[in-house]
Amino acid sequence: MSTDGIGARVRRKEDYRFLTGNGHYVDDINRPGQAYAAFVRSPLAHARIRSIDTGAASAAPGVLAVLTGDDAKADGIGGLICGWMITSKDGSPMKAGGHPVLAQDKVRYVGDHVAVVVAETLDQARDAAELVDVDYEELGVVASTATARAAGQPAVHDEISDNTCYEWELGDKAATDVAFSGAAHVTRLDIVNNRLIPNAMEPRAAIGDYDRGSDSFTLYTTSQNPHVHRLVLSAFVGIAPEHKLRVVAPDVGGGFGSKIFIYAEETVCLWASKRVRRPVKWTAERAESFLSDAHGRDHVTKAELAMDANGKFLGLRVHTIANLGAYLSTFASCVPTYLYAPLLSGQYKIPAIYAEVDGVYTNTAPVDAYRGAGRPEATYVVERIVETAAREMGIDPAELRRRNFIGPDEYPYQTPVIMTYDCGDYNASLTKAMELADYGGLAARKAEARARAKLRGVGFSCYIEACGIAPSAAVGSLGAGVGLWESGSIRFNPTGNVIVNTGSHSHGQGHETTFAQLISSHLGVPTDQVEVVHGDTDKTPFGMGTYGSRSLAVGGSALVKAAEKIVAKGRKIAAHLMEASEADIEFKDGKFTVAGTDKEKSIQEVAFAAYVPHNFPPDLEPGLEENAFYDPLNFTFPAGTQICEVEVDPDTGVVEIVNFVAVDDFGVVINPMIVEGQVHGGIVQGVGQALCEAAVYDEGTGQLLTGSYMDYRMPRADDVPSFKVDMTVTPNPSNPLGVKGCGEAGAIAAPAAVMNAVIDAIGADLQMPATAERVWQALQAGTKMAAE
Amino acid sequence: MPITVKMTVNGKAVSRDVEPRTLLVHYLREHLGLTGTHVGCDTSQCGACVVHVDGKSVKSCSMLAAQAEGAAVTTIEGLAAADGTLHPMQEAFREHHGLQCGFCTPGMVMSAVDLLQVNASPSEREVREWLEGNLCRCTGYHNIVKAVLDAADKMRATPQAAE
Ligand code: FES
Ligand code: FES
Repeated sequence: MSTDGIGARVRRKEDYRFLTGNGHYVDDINRPGQAYAAFVRSPLAHARIRSIDTGAASAAPGVLAVLTGDDAKADGIGGLICGWMITSKDGSPMKAGGHPVLAQDKVRYVGDHVAVVVAETLDQARDAAELVDVDYEELGVVASTATARAAGQPAVHDEISDNTCYEWELGDKAATDVAFSGAAHVTRLDIVNNRLIPNAMEPRAAIGDYDRGSDSFTLYTTSQNPHVHRLVLSAFVGIAPEHKLRVVAPDVGGGFGSKIFIYAEETVCLWASKRVRRPVKWTAERAESFLSDAHGRDHVTKAELAMDANGKFLGLRVHTIANLGAYLSTFASCVPTYLYAPLLSGQYKIPAIYAEVDGVYTNTAPVDAYRGAGRPEATYVVERIVETAAREMGIDPAELRRRNFIGPDEYPYQTPVIMTYDCGDYNASLTKAMELADYGGLAARKAEARARAKLRGVGFSCYIEACGIAPSAAVGSLGAGVGLWESGSIRFNPTGNVIVNTGSHSHGQGHETTFAQLISSHLGVPTDQVEVVHGDTDKTPFGMGTYGSRSLAVGGSALVKAAEKIVAKGRKIAAHLMEASEADIEFKDGKFTVAGTDKEKSIQEVAFAAYVPHNFPPDLEPGLEENAFYDPLNFTFPAGTQICEVEVDPDTGVVEIVNFVAVDDFGVVINPMIVEGQVHGGIVQGVGQALCEAAVYDEGTGQLLTGSYMDYRMPRADDVPSFKVDMTVTPNPSNPLGVKGCGEAGAIAAPAAVMNAVIDAIGADLQMPATAERVWQALQAGTKMAAE
Repeated sequence: MPITVKMTVNGKAVSRDVEPRTLLVHYLREHLGLTGTHVGCDTSQCGACVVHVDGKSVKSCSMLAAQAEGAAVTTIEGLAAADGTLHPMQEAFREHHGLQCGFCTPGMVMSAVDLLQVNASPSEREVREWLEGNLCRCTGYHNIVKAVLDAADKMRATPQAAE
């Protein structure tokens, strides 16, 4: 047995370079002769461009080019696209407004790209950008999600007068109406899912590099999916044919969804590099990240839950307005639809569900997938309304959940909203979490807190999510423009070590370690003899990248398939070398043996024979290298329970998290150390959403009021406690590894756990984020009400 | 008009002609090619750029290179021993999975090393408060805090392991 294979807490292979300052992030790369780009961004949320005077900027020192939307159009540079077609309930296709890489005619949000200046130095580019004179005709602004569709609002896209991209539905409306008409109790809740700014610590960056000799381009960019970047830039934007475009995403400093998308800046750097015949580099300042990275969430929802007298769920009705921003980003359309509503069944048997989602345009930055993408929104709706229902019905929140859980013997379970859950044991994780949280001791802790004039509360969140979005044919039928399989290849070198190429991408998840562990378990090659390569379209097979917690479930499964092919070929070679019949060859722990004998050949010896085939099966090709593509059979369904306990200071409204427990079922776990790390990080992003983070636009002007770390409150080390993280395991039957995915769970579950706890503590409903001020106001309002 | 700025970086005397407005972080990254020190914000609030100037942790985006004239600067590249052996703080981050994407890591490590110079046996609360100036979006801080506490234990046990 390998000691560094599946299940081992192997220290990460990538750490040494990061810990010694030897990582290579895009901004660390400099190309010979490189020039610098600075973008001219719109200071207005909505305006018509009367004219752009680039004269002074062009004449400024060091300036190589000043380019505008007209230049892009003249050069045949296409607009950015959205890769998922959503169909409205009346059968009409979604209305996607044009998304030029540099504004044409109009600007639609503060930070929209108007022009680019390319100069010898960054300072010269920035100085000259100030000299670009844009004459704007200001237009009315629509910045509020709730009222974007109201009569008389200005149209973000002139051709879409009601600012509505789609009116989508899922589920059985009639059956849900029937369920509500027979209900003993209906719980109703208004929910705002606050807008977030992803804030990966590495700002986006790009270098476009055109090579005249080969008429080809290289793009170094902060991407979670370099092949998808290449495909879109080639097939839709028209930068260059695919074989003339290489995309490299080297070390990437966090993504959380925000680096999936194909952005204007990287596109412009590529195009400009051909214009100026020099590599062109751009690195976002944090202020630009706030303005122009795709934001996340931003829903306004009405939800209703129908129950019988015992609290059995009968039906769920949800209406959501989802803010898509000013333009449709790469996957924006599917996040509030197919990544959201199919999760509204939660962990529960809900016989009838009906969801309606209106996707709206506003004069704000585009909104797209952010850690969890749709599933945090669904979990927040379900877990907030379930806990509210428990309070209203006077049933313990854990007990109400247990009464409605899908039982461990009820799989496969078909929900009324597309999904077929394949395995799980929801009560197991709830029970374990309650033990870890000492739920039994809660009443005493509440009393003790009260004696200190503090308010204690506890909140649950029993989440389910869908990872490894799949299978390709199924998502295709729902409107996806791509397949969602993954690829991988395994190459033995003649000396017996291994190169693994994967189409997925690591930007903090530790694939270089986890995938090596998988190879160790499946091929018996120790992890230090395995090099995992990702992030370069010239090196790796075409692959779909990393998002939706898919890398291991889909990309890892592709590697299992490739490993099986390696073993199959190795068996033939070993049989030949040991003069045995192939049927008698067994493979275990890196050794081929002849059954019932002590004859053996290591996989390294077999690899050597494959490259020096002096004694080799005559009908076999030399070499030992295999690749595989894997298209999953189903989504995976990680699930679990988080319990948060808070203490609120009624004098200040400050919320302190005093205990936080997460028990997750991720199926088989390859590296528990890495998985726990993913949970911790996810929880803090969820806590951030619940307690402090909010992207706020001024409704009158569309100005972003939270455009820096001074106004956008990120969770810091002293805002959060250490966490109690544990696991339960039901192996996933739908992929060869039995894995489910762990990257987003924390962020999906935590907001509901925290908010349920705060609401339990203060006894009043509240929208996120529960800042000290909001909590204090809610307490004051409550006191006033009690006094009146 | 460029000015000449001289300092000692990771034990080596360096001198570069730079624009007077050049920040220390850009001097290190752009002029010396020491790209281990990162830039994560434009308001001196993320800590990705922390280095040591004359032994104390400093956000290198918040001072001009010229202000470090004559100073001894240590960056993340200078923390491990010459033979590549990691500093106990680096080792603890690795041991406890205190990093994911690695972008905040150099600043975190440099800041944490300075904490232990000031307070050799900090409590968890003190670690969290000290690191309050360093943002990490990946780890949720849990394992960073664990790493720093463990490094403190180990460095107290073998004081010569410290800088
Ligand atoms: S770069 Fe953010 S504090 Fe220095
Ligand atoms: S490890 Fe990614 S920001 Fe800290």
